Amino acid sequence: MDHTSQFCTFYLDKLLFGVELKTVQEVIRSLEVTQVPLAPQVVSGLINLRGQIVTAVDLRRRLELDPRPADVPAMNVVVRSDDGAVSLLVDEIGDVVEVDDSTFERPPETLHGAVRIMITGVHKLNDRLMLVLDTQKACEMAADSVPAMG
Amino acid sequence: MDQNETVRDFLVESSENLDRLDRDLVGLEKNPKDREAMAGVFRTIHTIKGTCGFLGFSKLEKVAHVGENLLTRLRDGQLTLNPERTTALLGMVDAVRQMLREIESTGQDGEIDYPELRETLTTLQTPGPGDAGAPAGDAEKVVLPPPGMKKLEQVESFPASKKEDPLVSAEKDPVAGAQPAAPSGRKKSDESGRKPVRGKIGAALVDRGAVKVADLAVALEEQEKGDRRRVGDILVARGLAKAEDVTAAQQAVETKLRDTAPESIRVGVNLLDKLMTLVGELVLARNQLLQISNTVEDAGLQAVSQRLNLIATELQEEVMKTRMQPIGNVWAQFPRTVRDVALACGKEVEIEMQGKETELDKTIIEAIKDPLTHLVRNSVDHGIELPEVRSKTGKPAAGRLMLRAFHEGGQVNIEISDDGAGLNPERIRKKALERGVVTAEQLARMSEREIMNLIFLPGFSTAEKVTNVSGRGVGMDVVKTNVEKIGGLVDLQSTLGEGTTVRVKIPLTLAIIPALVVTCGFDRYAIPQVNLLELVRLESDEARTAVEMVHGVPVYRLRGRLLPLVYLNRELKLSASSHGNASSDDAVNIVVLQADDRQFGLVVDQINDTEEIVVKPLRKQLKTVKTFAGSSIMGDGKVALILDVLGLAQRANVVSETRERSVVEKTASATDSSEGEQTFLLFAGLGDSRMAIPLNTLARLEEFPVAQVEMSGNEWVTQYRGQILPLVRLAVVMEERRSRLRALQAPPNPDSGPLQVLVMHHEGHSFGLVVERILDIVEARADVKSKATRAAVLYSVVIGERVTELLDIPAILQISGISGAAAAAAARNSVGVAH
Repeated sequence: MDHTSQFCTFYLDKLLFGVELKTVQEVIRSLEVTQVPLAPQVVSGLINLRGQIVTAVDLRRRLELDPRPADVPAMNVVVRSDDGAVSLLVDEIGDVVEVDDSTFERPPETLHGAVRIMITGVHKLNDRLMLVLDTQKACEMAADSVPAMG
Repeated sequence: MDQNETVRDFLVESSENLDRLDRDLVGLEKNPKDREAMAGVFRTIHTIKGTCGFLGFSKLEKVAHVGENLLTRLRDGQLTLNPERTTALLGMVDAVRQMLREIESTGQDGEIDYPELRETLTTLQTPGPGDAGAPAGDAEKVVLPPPGMKKLEQVESFPASKKEDPLVSAEKDPVAGAQPAAPSGRKKSDESGRKPVRGKIGAALVDRGAVKVADLAVALEEQEKGDRRRVGDILVARGLAKAEDVTAAQQAVETKLRDTAPESIRVGVNLLDKLMTLVGELVLARNQLLQISNTVEDAGLQAVSQRLNLIATELQEEVMKTRMQPIGNVWAQFPRTVRDVALACGKEVEIEMQGKETELDKTIIEAIKDPLTHLVRNSVDHGIELPEVRSKTGKPAAGRLMLRAFHEGGQVNIEISDDGAGLNPERIRKKALERGVVTAEQLARMSEREIMNLIFLPGFSTAEKVTNVSGRGVGMDVVKTNVEKIGGLVDLQSTLGEGTTVRVKIPLTLAIIPALVVTCGFDRYAIPQVNLLELVRLESDEARTAVEMVHGVPVYRLRGRLLPLVYLNRELKLSASSHGNASSDDAVNIVVLQADDRQFGLVVDQINDTEEIVVKPLRKQLKTVKTFAGSSIMGDGKVALILDVLGLAQRANVVSETRERSVVEKTASATDSSEGEQTFLLFAGLGDSRMAIPLNTLARLEEFPVAQVEMSGNEWVTQYRGQILPLVRLAVVMEERRSRLRALQAPPNPDSGPLQVLVMHHEGHSFGLVVERILDIVEARADVKSKATRAAVLYSVVIGERVTELLDIPAILQISGISGAAAAAAARNSVGVAH
């Protein structure tokens, strides 16, 4: 065994994602979200995290997946970023996994576009693949993700 | 602690103190009676002396010691501070400074121990003519008592002089007090336990004029003979002083003693910020608890949550206070700035400050520093003329620069005025055209004041020659931008040949602001109060007809002028369902807002209330959304967005489209009332009469339930936006019969309905005028005037075919005792432009 890392995992549209455990501040159930009109679509709104106002990013939108069905309440994975805490909205929380660095592989060449910047690679777990998400990149709002403002 | 660090702290602290000593001593020379300043000087030197003794700088200690001895006698009034003594003391300050420098570079206090200086300082301790009178004996022995028995001898040798001057003996103890090394014979320790208060009481009583010096001498003699009672008691027993005077003097002395103890510690700013955040969270938790406790039938829980509520509120206020700093902190550097700039341009300028103690949030103080410095430099450089020019125009050679700060309506006003040349509107016009800032047509329609304010536009500098101080074409626009960045406003008034006043209005704090909360769609939005002008509600019928269209653009006639309307739900692209919400109410709620210098009406679904909100900045993911200035957490724990009114106006194109119209509007409202129409608020006067005030003097209309009125003496007051608002009743102001007045001084009748109150801010005074009934807001030409027949009335005018009395607001302030007579007279001249 060379080196291992710990990941906090969650599901998005049946895909398993992992973020480095040390970037995660906390995981909480769905909170009331205040919408921000005119905001980039990926911003689902603002939440009150014990007196701190935190931006909630809809990860499905950010990762260009299908929108979350209305009956699935979102979970908040609150991660630390350069600009304070950001909450990533996900479908379901998975386990904390410890993976060996040797199971890591770069994303396939066929994965391209905006998503490739955020997904740094894949850990080949026994039964399935875990996509490694770069939270910093996920929290950054690229200019092209801002909808045209009237 | 590390020795080096101790020394470094000592050096830093001492050099700060020495700078102050220079100032204080010069000040004391002009005003030797200032005992506070003298006591301050004494303490500083005493501290330096004490610390060097501890650190082992014996030469420095020696010098400070003789200085301290002289100061002791000066402080106690035995000697008077004459120029000779001042010079010697300043010499000592220089010597101490020299030695501190020596310590800084070599770690030692040097070779020289200044024998001559010490000699001079010692000689000067001998009372000369003009001093309060003191023993002619061996002065050096008195103040430099060698340790051992001699101290006691000397104390015993004193009585002879005591009879001559009781003050001397009464005050001599501090001298001994400064020498704790003196051995303690029984008598000595016994006395020192009592004396600090006893001795000072004698002097305090004489100062108050409650006791004659001769009487005090008698009392002291009595004590000398073995009477163990206090001086005060003896005086009272003998009928030489009144008991209450003695008690008062005693309290005064004790307070003073307490005040001298250091009561502050340094705390990191980070810690305060953290505290502020935590308190914010506590407040929210409290709000949630309150909501829960209201739904639960549990007396215990209710009581506890009420108590928590009070504590949290108080805690929040106190923590806010820790971040407040007096504006004087920024101003402190200005006398020096002014001196330097004035010197560089060969001018004479006197600087005056008012309201130094006005407090502002730390972050605002920091943000306002540069703009203020720029304005001050500008005033000296461009405003105030050269002495010879001033003399020719009959002004005193030295120009006057006045800094004034005061609170007004939850904001802080800072004024920088000079009595210099003033701005030349002709030159500004020319320059504005040259630079293409405005068109000739626009210029022609501008009021003088608007033209003056053109200098805040980028790339505008009227300085005839570019100096190294200012006048490089940058500056005023930067000042404006910086002030606006923190939610402030800049306004300039100038009269050619008489001077210029720049007024900066800034919020007290950026952390918590008053805001109007409105609902649109399913969410609430907060609108900063500073942008708010008024609220208009159109009920069912009106709602359908009052909103008119100009080629598809909705407008509303607000007192005869077209106000462009902006629908918040459309601007924010809120879903259609919420739009339906708005019409179901059948009423149109218009929030009239000010963006830059233009007005527009924002149509919202519902107007909730005004609230103090805690502002939280938006994260970078949302920085691109210019319509919002920040976010805040509401009482129920939900997040609400704070509208950026300027951003919203830009988005809705209000800003560019109405530029010309606003110019016209401003010109119209700025014209004298005798020329054009003015807007008045009409209300019922006494009896059947009608009274009015110009609408621009009114801040708000409020209704207060009688239960909210409290009594302060005979005055009615109420708590309003965290301040005490004096309530002036029209009935009282107008009543001329004194007998009836007394009856009116009673508290309000608890059964009467809510009070109609016109809230006004005038020249720094806020007050509420209680009237019977508010009638209407009308526009009228107030040109048929007749002289006032009674006090508090400016003149009578005919409005709407009825004689209406126009109230004299400064006079009301004066009658009700809110402002001084002089202020009222001055204020009356400016009533037309107030607010």
